[in-house]
Amino acid sequence: MRKGPRRGRAPQELWLGLVILAMVVVLTALRPNFLSIQNILEMLNATAFNGILVSGLLIVLIAGGIDISFAAVASVAQYAALTVANATGAGWGEIVAIAGGIGLSLGLLNGALVSTLGIASIIVTIATQSVIYGILLTVTRGQDIFTLPPWFADGVDLFVTSDAKGNVYAVSLQIWALVLAFLVAWFLLNRTHFGRQVFALGGNPEAARRVGFGTTRLNLLVYGYMGLVAGLASLVQAQYTQSVSPTALVGRELEVVAAAVLGGASLEGGSGSVLGAILGLALVVIMKNGLALLGVSSYWTDFFTGLVIVAAVAVMAGRARRRWHESPGLA
Amino acid sequence: MMFLEMRGVSKRFGGVQALSDLDFDLARGEIHCLVGGNGSGKSTMIKIIAGVQPPDPGGRLVVEGREQTRLTPVESSALGIQVIYQDLSLFPNLTVAENIAVAQHRGLTGLVKRKTMRAVAEAAMRRIGVALDLDERVAHLSIANRQLVAICRAIAADAKLVIMDEPTASLTRHEVDALLALTLELKRRDISVLFVSHRFDEVLEIAERVTVIRDGVKLGTFEAKDMTEQRLAVLMSGRSFTYETKERTIPRARPVLSVEGLCKTGEYQEIGFSLYPGEILGLTGLLGAGRTELALSLFGMNAPDSGTIRIDGEPVTFRSNRDAIARGIAYVPEDRLSLSLVLDQSIGANITLPVLDTLTNGVGFLRRSREAGLIRDWIRGLAIKIGTPDDPVRTLSGGNQQRVVIAKWLATKPRVLILDSPTVGVDLHGKDGIYQLVKDLAAQGLAVIMISDEIPEVLYHCDRILVMRDGRLTGEVMAHHVAEPDLRRMVHA
Amino acid sequence: MPALLLRTVGRTNLRLLALLALLCLAAAPLIGDRLFAPAGLRSMAYQLPELGLLSLAMMVALLSGGLDLSIIATANLAALAAAAVLKAAPEGASGALLVAIEAGALLAGLATAAAVGLLNGTLVGYLRVSPILATLGTMTLVKGLAIGLTHGSVVSDFPPDILFLGSGAVGGVPMPLLLFGLVALGLGVLLTRTPFGTILSLMGSNQQAVRFSGIDTRAALLRTYMLTSMVAATAGFVMMARFNSANAAYGESYLLVTILACVLGGISPTGGFGRVGGLVLSLVVLQLISTACVLLDFSQFLTLAIWGGILLAVSLIGAVRDQLRPLLATLRAPLPRPAGRQTVDAKGPSC
Repeated sequence: MRKGPRRGRAPQELWLGLVILAMVVVLTALRPNFLSIQNILEMLNATAFNGILVSGLLIVLIAGGIDISFAAVASVAQYAALTVANATGAGWGEIVAIAGGIGLSLGLLNGALVSTLGIASIIVTIATQSVIYGILLTVTRGQDIFTLPPWFADGVDLFVTSDAKGNVYAVSLQIWALVLAFLVAWFLLNRTHFGRQVFALGGNPEAARRVGFGTTRLNLLVYGYMGLVAGLASLVQAQYTQSVSPTALVGRELEVVAAAVLGGASLEGGSGSVLGAILGLALVVIMKNGLALLGVSSYWTDFFTGLVIVAAVAVMAGRARRRWHESPGLA
Repeated sequence: MMFLEMRGVSKRFGGVQALSDLDFDLARGEIHCLVGGNGSGKSTMIKIIAGVQPPDPGGRLVVEGREQTRLTPVESSALGIQVIYQDLSLFPNLTVAENIAVAQHRGLTGLVKRKTMRAVAEAAMRRIGVALDLDERVAHLSIANRQLVAICRAIAADAKLVIMDEPTASLTRHEVDALLALTLELKRRDISVLFVSHRFDEVLEIAERVTVIRDGVKLGTFEAKDMTEQRLAVLMSGRSFTYETKERTIPRARPVLSVEGLCKTGEYQEIGFSLYPGEILGLTGLLGAGRTELALSLFGMNAPDSGTIRIDGEPVTFRSNRDAIARGIAYVPEDRLSLSLVLDQSIGANITLPVLDTLTNGVGFLRRSREAGLIRDWIRGLAIKIGTPDDPVRTLSGGNQQRVVIAKWLATKPRVLILDSPTVGVDLHGKDGIYQLVKDLAAQGLAVIMISDEIPEVLYHCDRILVMRDGRLTGEVMAHHVAEPDLRRMVHA
Repeated sequence: MPALLLRTVGRTNLRLLALLALLCLAAAPLIGDRLFAPAGLRSMAYQLPELGLLSLAMMVALLSGGLDLSIIATANLAALAAAAVLKAAPEGASGALLVAIEAGALLAGLATAAAVGLLNGTLVGYLRVSPILATLGTMTLVKGLAIGLTHGSVVSDFPPDILFLGSGAVGGVPMPLLLFGLVALGLGVLLTRTPFGTILSLMGSNQQAVRFSGIDTRAALLRTYMLTSMVAATAGFVMMARFNSANAAYGESYLLVTILACVLGGISPTGGFGRVGGLVLSLVVLQLISTACVLLDFSQFLTLAIWGGILLAVSLIGAVRDQLRPLLATLRAPLPRPAGRQTVDAKGPSC
């Protein structure tokens, strides 16, 4: 009985899974250290920030919206939290509360504007991105924060072990936050009323309203959650790069959108899965890592990433295209 | 006891009186039909019952003996009033079980209980004797099955009154029969059903009473068994339209279009017929008989697997609809709102769209005066009632919108005009106008193919009728040689 | 008279004109006449065209119901292609040969842009990829190609004729502004006076209906994205000439701002509606704010915040007015008007 609900969604994930498997096989054959624990941990660390954001954006996309402002929100959250930490000696609890609180409030603002303005969410969030980012750079004058509190710089590693050669392996803050983010997103989407309402809203907004799901409230929650996730992810990012720069994150929004969409989340709303998002993310990360291992100059990374995205969206469009040609107007 | 009573209900939007002083009642377990044309006020009435809009002060709404003053959609639903809108309001991306038990997801904090959800869905299906795969996504269901899901959802929400908006619009006769049986099942369970329709509907076969409204005023409630299509038409439109078949002499010397052995796997087989200048050829059959697919092939948008299409005796192959248009074929799709018209854009731009290339000067710029002249001529020629040509097409009535579509195609100087269900969503006045227009065009030598599943439409307005079933032509009759019941039998046989 | 004005200028433009007047009034006491002093005007005239040309490119894609996220990457690649030709020229070329090389360089840039447009148009028109996704991919691809080929470095030092495009003036009118004016005018004529322009807007509202009317929508989309890319290329040339250098990453912060400028200028983000005039007005408003901020010694980033804020405010006013409209109508019109019926019908499923 369990296979039922998955019908109609398997192809995208299956297809992605096969491509990834092929890449892994080829890379392992060419560079045996590709599958080393060290390399895998490094890939996870490097992709954590984008991955956490994908887990939030996935929910926004399923609800039929899009958010472009999360990178600006994350920049504000990390800057504020670590400025406070440096000035007052606040600890983990406080900075998590500050970053999460700022993210949540800005997200709620997005949700409120999307619900009331009656214009596309992409336009609304481009505008809020401009406002948030503009104010952040004006207030901070674009200055980086160079010194971070030592307890923050040390991070929170779990399961620290070392092998015979003295290499240290640890599940870092980045990795457990990434895993947690996807677990929470999966739980919210599949096991809570909120998640089913998000799917319903994305599938047929008018019907969701008629059934009595408070769509305004739902939008507030969806964008609020995205903001919260962005706020918390910003700390993970700051801890990874060991610095805070107000200009470092903005401009990377579309990378996150691309990963979510590669995983099969439709921009029209109503479809998408956590597994797909993870696979979409994995595809990009493994490709970048593989290129580096194969000794391809890092100057060409973007080119290959673009090639993968273009190929993927062209293949994905195949089914829709066949419908368009074979039964124009009948579908 | 009456389940629902409305007394002196009025509703006004800005300067428009949508409903005035309406009295209405509906008994428990009654099957009632509400009929009215476009803009008659019937959807306003439904919205008031559903709590979407409040009535103007002074009107009373009583449900099960309790006066309702401030009804909201949630309260109305709690009182057992469930509306099934024409678009069904289902979630295509969710499963059958999730759609039926959607009310289980109200409230944000709860966790999904799949077992409860399935039990609720199964119970609702069992109550009305329906069996659907609970785990199938609604997007993959047929229209008729989607409707069943919507009805099950109403049952699962403990409906005491189910309101169905145009439920038969996209069903085949077989499916309509199933719906009627289901409705009787609801009645046995003491659930009232209110059908809403803009035409003489099959549901009248089982309705007990019919209420007719026009221009926001109730014209009366009648016993359904006394109601005839003629009488209903007169009531709805305020005048009577009577049509009869007429024999016209059409020179059948050289066909303008002829088709031989046309096949497309899974759509239609061995299609052959000829069409003569000045002839109106009816093509009827049930939904899914392959009529639209055939029409699209003639219009170059659905390449056939084999067979020949000839224009003036000369075999042609269409690679796209541009080839078909160049050879004088025009096609008016059934879905006027999304395939025929660019609703948000101006009337003028819609009319000139297919002939823009002929309106340019030597260097490729549009010649404004010729453009305006062409638009003016067609609007006048087809008597389209508009404000200015710059108004969006959306502002026109259904009948006038269809005239804009026909004007657009006439501008391409076609020799064959294919009309696919040209009067869907057009009120009786508008329909009559379109029939007259088609006859005038045929009299001027245009060959017309009229596709319709409304038997009277092809019978009274075509010269010759082809019947299509399961992708094959199963009958051909001259309109003036056949009576309505016989033709109906041919279609349903 | 107001009706006539409304028809010739359009509602959005009227709103923008009002905004413009308001801004000038507000700015006058703060900055005095420095805003409109020759120096202020001249700096505006050199700055506006970059964003302006990019916004024009975005406008074409938006009108067709799409979006082009690859315009900046395309502009840079086109500039780099032109730069490569210029750099490949033999030392000491002069006279007719130099002019030929320079013309060849610009043509090479345009051809490069056209190739990107061809890719975008194929993806959107023929493969039916959603425009956001398609151009998101090509944006990364094109930028990646530019970075890969240049290793992220700057190509600089161009002949004076090229630099003239960025900093010269003809009859007192700065070259970039002249170029912008020409492109804007050309696009305006193309969009309103040719079959292609009409089809472009109609496709933006309902592509299927246009296709059923016998228009080759796939080819039209292909042309649309090629046009977008080539307008973007002109922006690339202006940037190259102004900075006397070309790079894979110039002007990236303009990407989302171009969408903002278009929407503020009344180009419908869902396609089908919008005029070049509206966009030009919105660009003037944005540029005035930017220059005023500079004169008031505000950070350039505050300008960005104000731009975003203005878009939100304008949308908010529109939303509030839409909310109030039924209420106002009820208050204002006690008499039944038959003409009003249509607005009721248009609101919900007709009955």
